[in-house]
Amino acid sequence: MQIAHFTERPVRYIDEAPVLQNRAFFGVSNRYIDREKSAHDYNFYLDEACYCEEVGFDAVALNEHHGNPFCSGSVVNIEAAILARITSKAKIVIIGNMLPGVKHPLRIAEELATIDTISRGRLVSGWVRGAGSEQFFNNANPAYNREMFNEAHSFIMDCWTKEGPWRYEGKHFHYRHVNPWVKPYQEMPQQWIPGVLSAETVMWCAEKQYPYLGLGTALGPTCDLWDMYADKSAELGFQAGPENFGYLLPIFCADTDEKAQEIGKGFVFGGGQNAFSRPEHTLPPGYNSKSAIRMLGQQPGGSWLGVSKEKLMAGADDSWDASAYDALKAKLIAGYEKVQDNMQIVVGSPETCAQKIKDILSVIRPGVFTCFAVQGNVSDQDRLRSVELLGKEVLPNVRQFADEIGLFGPFDRTPGSVKLAPGTKREPVVDREALAKLNLP
Amino acid sequence: MATWKEETQNLAGSDLVLIRGGSGKPLLVLHDELGYTGWMSWNEELAKDRELIIPLQPGFGKSPRQDWMWRHRDLANYYLNVIRELGLEKPDVLGFSAGAYTAAEMAAANPELLGSITLVGPMGIKPDEGEIFDIFACTIKTCLRQTVFNYEAKEFSEIYGGEMSPEQFELFEDARAESARIGWEPYMFNPSLPELLRSAKNAKLPTLLIRGSEDAVVPQDCIRKYHDALPQADIVTIKGTGHRPEIEDSAEFVAAVKHFLA
Repeated sequence: MQIAHFTERPVRYIDEAPVLQNRAFFGVSNRYIDREKSAHDYNFYLDEACYCEEVGFDAVALNEHHGNPFCSGSVVNIEAAILARITSKAKIVIIGNMLPGVKHPLRIAEELATIDTISRGRLVSGWVRGAGSEQFFNNANPAYNREMFNEAHSFIMDCWTKEGPWRYEGKHFHYRHVNPWVKPYQEMPQQWIPGVLSAETVMWCAEKQYPYLGLGTALGPTCDLWDMYADKSAELGFQAGPENFGYLLPIFCADTDEKAQEIGKGFVFGGGQNAFSRPEHTLPPGYNSKSAIRMLGQQPGGSWLGVSKEKLMAGADDSWDASAYDALKAKLIAGYEKVQDNMQIVVGSPETCAQKIKDILSVIRPGVFTCFAVQGNVSDQDRLRSVELLGKEVLPNVRQFADEIGLFGPFDRTPGSVKLAPGTKREPVVDREALAKLNLP
Repeated sequence: MATWKEETQNLAGSDLVLIRGGSGKPLLVLHDELGYTGWMSWNEELAKDRELIIPLQPGFGKSPRQDWMWRHRDLANYYLNVIRELGLEKPDVLGFSAGAYTAAEMAAANPELLGSITLVGPMGIKPDEGEIFDIFACTIKTCLRQTVFNYEAKEFSEIYGGEMSPEQFELFEDARAESARIGWEPYMFNPSLPELLRSAKNAKLPTLLIRGSEDAVVPQDCIRKYHDALPQADIVTIKGTGHRPEIEDSAEFVAAVKHFLA
């Protein structure tokens, strides 16, 4: 198993009120930036990654978002390039580069190859389409999102493997002179693809035998998706295994359960992931596939008709009622307990965390496990203590368990290396009995 | 009621669904960026002495999407070929919002092929003052609040008051997707259009610009800039209406269009 540490690098100095008033992280005004505190945060997160390596994480994972204080990483490749130099053995996992948002695949190919070269082959390169909200904040045409993603990915693969100079005239990208004078140090970096239950993305990963990383998705639907991946793999002649799957889970560890519970509330700071973006930024036009739209259309409450003057005006007042703050906070805290019951957030002492992680691993059997660090305004000390406890106490325990139940990571066994003869029934990739035993709500 | 029918014809290289109703000199009607909302009272009135031909824009669910269309200019040239293949003799064109943008592109590309253009709340030219409202970055309720000023209009509730079927939802999302595909960037305007309209100016193509006085989608400055490009244009402002004057005050709207086309 490969165990990674991931953080959104949250802006830790912002008050919760502007986020709640905005009803989402996306679009909170950048007038709240504090240059000095921002400099501290950016440097701290780099130091934190080094500490992760020191205490035993196999990898440090990072991503990027734009236009919000949920994630301060706006240019992930710059941070990854620094980590390439200041870490020495951890894999650097980028989950991922938003190909349709950046709109310059040659530049991305060069940046990633540079990171892999400086780190002497420690890059794991993930790709993302970007959340719906990202399309707005990068002015990326959502109707071409999937096309641009596929074309950019294919182009980057060529950049990394073909001898130049060569000419490229595609649909969305045009380069008449391609000859990047940097190529990955590895013959081909591994590519791990993060996602939140998009069937299209899962199928794409299966076709390419790229490990798919579920981002804190509920365990039941995650099992369904893993099966879908495994079925597609079997169709293509591969037996999928733990090396094909990764899972990212919000985890906060402290010396006691009580302390962890208190600080772990940072996961619902400002509404947490549920307040990532407002509805109007979540489903940009053309972003979803036709089949996804068809499914949405069947859902109750998706209607835009049934609009009367009264209904229209009821939503017209966007003013902020400060008295609603306490009620909103109470609702968020209730949600915090609910996601713990559902095992989508784990907080607690090392013993508590280890047991819950093992329960989850038993069900979905991933070969990559990623600990998503706490959000919110949590101090340097508390964050580093969590890293220390996880690295020194939880990880050895989890690693031993993973070995016992055969959870090969993608660096232990190459995804796609286990072939399946035509007509052969594939082995299970998840344990639904273990899921039933968890008695999730 | 005038009889109207929906038919599919293979035109300019692809299937195109057309709504046709009424009789008389052809009036090509280009619906807006959210799609055709059905045969309304203004259609009925205009159809009394005109044949209305309403193509359902390719990619909006019924007419198949044309992968080669990148811009409104492409759509406009497609419609010019449709006019040629239908054998229409100098049809008048009536366009709404992004449909008006397309009509303006048609006029720029080949004014001699058209009898006139009527542009209602036209997108297509970047205003110096104000901004064309971003219909993609809002919920449908916000969009409707922004679009319609006179909520008391009878046809407003006829269009938006009922419950929506999954099929309607799909058509609506198809319309948004196709509008984004060809209008996302630059957002609903063509920087070259004012210059390209020189052809329609030189041809003295009869032009009517209509805008609701309270239009919160297309700023008044868009009308000024269209008028700069097409100084022969008449301008009509329909008081007490927003971006949908044809349903918010259909009597005034119909009167203005009929007067111009007479």
